[in-house]
Amino acid sequence: MAIFLNEKSRVLVQGITGTEGSRHTRRMIAAGTNIVAGVTPGKSGQDVDGVPVFNTVDDAVRETGADVSVLFVPPRFAEAAVVEAIDAGLSLAVVISEGIPVHDTARFWAYAQAAGDTTRIIGPNCPGLISPGQSNAGIIPADITKRGRIGLVSKSGTLTYQMMYELRDFGFSTCVGIGGDPIVGTTHIDCLQAFEDDSETDAMVMIGEIGGDAEERAAEYIKANISKPVVGYVAGFTAPEGKTMGHAGAIVSGSSGTATAKREALEAAGVRVGRTPSEAAALMRETMLAR
Amino acid sequence: MDLLEHQAQELFDKHGVPVSRNRVASTPDEAYAAAAEIGGRVVVKAQVKTGGRGKAGGVKLSDGPDAAREVASAILGMDIKGHTVHKVLVTEASDIVDEYYVSLLLDRGDRSFLAMVSGEGGVEIEQVAAEKPEALARLQVDPAHGLDQVTALRLVADAGLPADVCGDVASILVRLWDVFRKEDATLVEINPLAKLADGTVRALDGKVTLDDSARFRQPGHGQFVDVSATDPLELKAAERHLNYVKLNGAVGVIGNGAGLVMSTLDVVAYAGERYGGVRPANFLDIGGGASAEVMANGLEIILGDPDVRSVFVNVFGGITACDAVANGIVQALGLLSSRSEAITKPLVVRLDGNNAKEGRRILAEAALVGVRTADTMDGAAQLAAELAGKGA
Repeated sequence: MAIFLNEKSRVLVQGITGTEGSRHTRRMIAAGTNIVAGVTPGKSGQDVDGVPVFNTVDDAVRETGADVSVLFVPPRFAEAAVVEAIDAGLSLAVVISEGIPVHDTARFWAYAQAAGDTTRIIGPNCPGLISPGQSNAGIIPADITKRGRIGLVSKSGTLTYQMMYELRDFGFSTCVGIGGDPIVGTTHIDCLQAFEDDSETDAMVMIGEIGGDAEERAAEYIKANISKPVVGYVAGFTAPEGKTMGHAGAIVSGSSGTATAKREALEAAGVRVGRTPSEAAALMRETMLAR
Repeated sequence: MDLLEHQAQELFDKHGVPVSRNRVASTPDEAYAAAAEIGGRVVVKAQVKTGGRGKAGGVKLSDGPDAAREVASAILGMDIKGHTVHKVLVTEASDIVDEYYVSLLLDRGDRSFLAMVSGEGGVEIEQVAAEKPEALARLQVDPAHGLDQVTALRLVADAGLPADVCGDVASILVRLWDVFRKEDATLVEINPLAKLADGTVRALDGKVTLDDSARFRQPGHGQFVDVSATDPLELKAAERHLNYVKLNGAVGVIGNGAGLVMSTLDVVAYAGERYGGVRPANFLDIGGGASAEVMANGLEIILGDPDVRSVFVNVFGGITACDAVANGIVQALGLLSSRSEAITKPLVVRLDGNNAKEGRRILAEAALVGVRTADTMDGAAQLAAELAGKGA
């Protein structure tokens, strides 16, 4: 089944007529994604490589039955765009946009909760997710791995790609880039539980980085709820205190959010943690071969 | 971006949070003038982005302008936990009766905002939270609706503040929400919020962190950037829109993607353990679709760092395939020579992912002096650390 996204997903692209939106729409189509619609206010009636464009998400859903949205919307319009996706009743909104003010994210997250928590939000500031061989919603390169039985959840885009590539001989059920912002709609825990429940996933790789305590929470959760093997990797051991390392959420504040604390929490929960991405890949290789 | 106290006070004042009369001074004479204008006793406070100023001797009471000048001359230029004092805040001295704590902050774990109030002001709040958790009242704040007077009053009462100040503190909390919301802050903190002998309540210190992502709608926030306290290489990188952080090691690092670059720094440090503790010199993320020009700008910053003894270019070819990246590197080095930047430091390039073989072939064919390739990230880190170790 994979998680969150499969070959039955009917995907629409918000911001489809922009440079990034149109470019990645082509790539997603080439990867086999069923892109049914695009949305750009005021551009109804146009098409992008044959994909019809609508003024509103509501129109697009009514005409095409879309149930997933991928958002390539500039930060200043992102909050309104996500709210529109929630109002239209989509089951999944994948927010690729980087640089959304955290107050806006906090508001659209609260809005989604108040609306009944029926729209899963992935991101913002994320590469999206891919269920290889089925569907690709976002900007993850589709041709570096294949369909398989490993699940991957990561805060980082390129580390996701690195891991997909290192383990390309095994392949993946779904790879989810949850994003590097201080507030994200889908957490490591959400993905780990979904992989636990997914009959097509045998083991999971979880990639974290400095900032916040999402990895520590995930470690607690794994100890109590996850029976499938989990291999971990954490980036940012050399990051200095108080400096934002590329991702808005990647910052060690005082003594909190350190990579060491995250690794220790994961190891205490029985997760094998690699010192380098390649070492984590090797641990997952061992895990899969031992099955 | 963390603000200095006087910048925080400026934002407090703008939104109606009561602060003491104050002036910023960069020289002892300015401190004299500030004290003369304010009149009476003043407090001279070092402006640095770190705690523990008082203990370090960075906060002093003065009886008048002459004393303020003397005290300012001692504090200006002082080093407090690695931060040089470039400015002092001269503020009217207060007759403090009681001290409280109030704050609003982004709670990442709950994906929401949190308001906190305590009657235990003037001390580190982490200490209160650890030793006397019942003295710290917390409330989740709905990001859409914010904080109203009734809710604020309830929170202040929960914290056990004296009845005679509850109304004032609640009003201040509501105004602090305005600072938080309207200025796109991720933290606003008043510690201490003091009750004075005349019965009024005032913010005597302030901490504010602003969300850099909101800069597009906060044009006024640019003035808060502290150029004098920023590393010159970081300033130069920021002008070129590069995501760069200066560190203290000898291996310059350039890569695509924040996570991969963070990981590269770690891998370099591990490899460096074998070469006398070689460490990474910087963080530099040139992003996914890096052009030759961006690569050239990045290399120029790194090669211009006198601490750098070797450079590790770590690229995973995803959307941008490795052949394009390799061509970018060849062109970038060409660009640098045309800017007459002699490349005297060894470069280790690791290309992996899409079209990696073709990328390596392009680099090999270009036969660039001082450029070596490696197949794996760990192997490349090893080589870059070894080269930096030799250059020591």
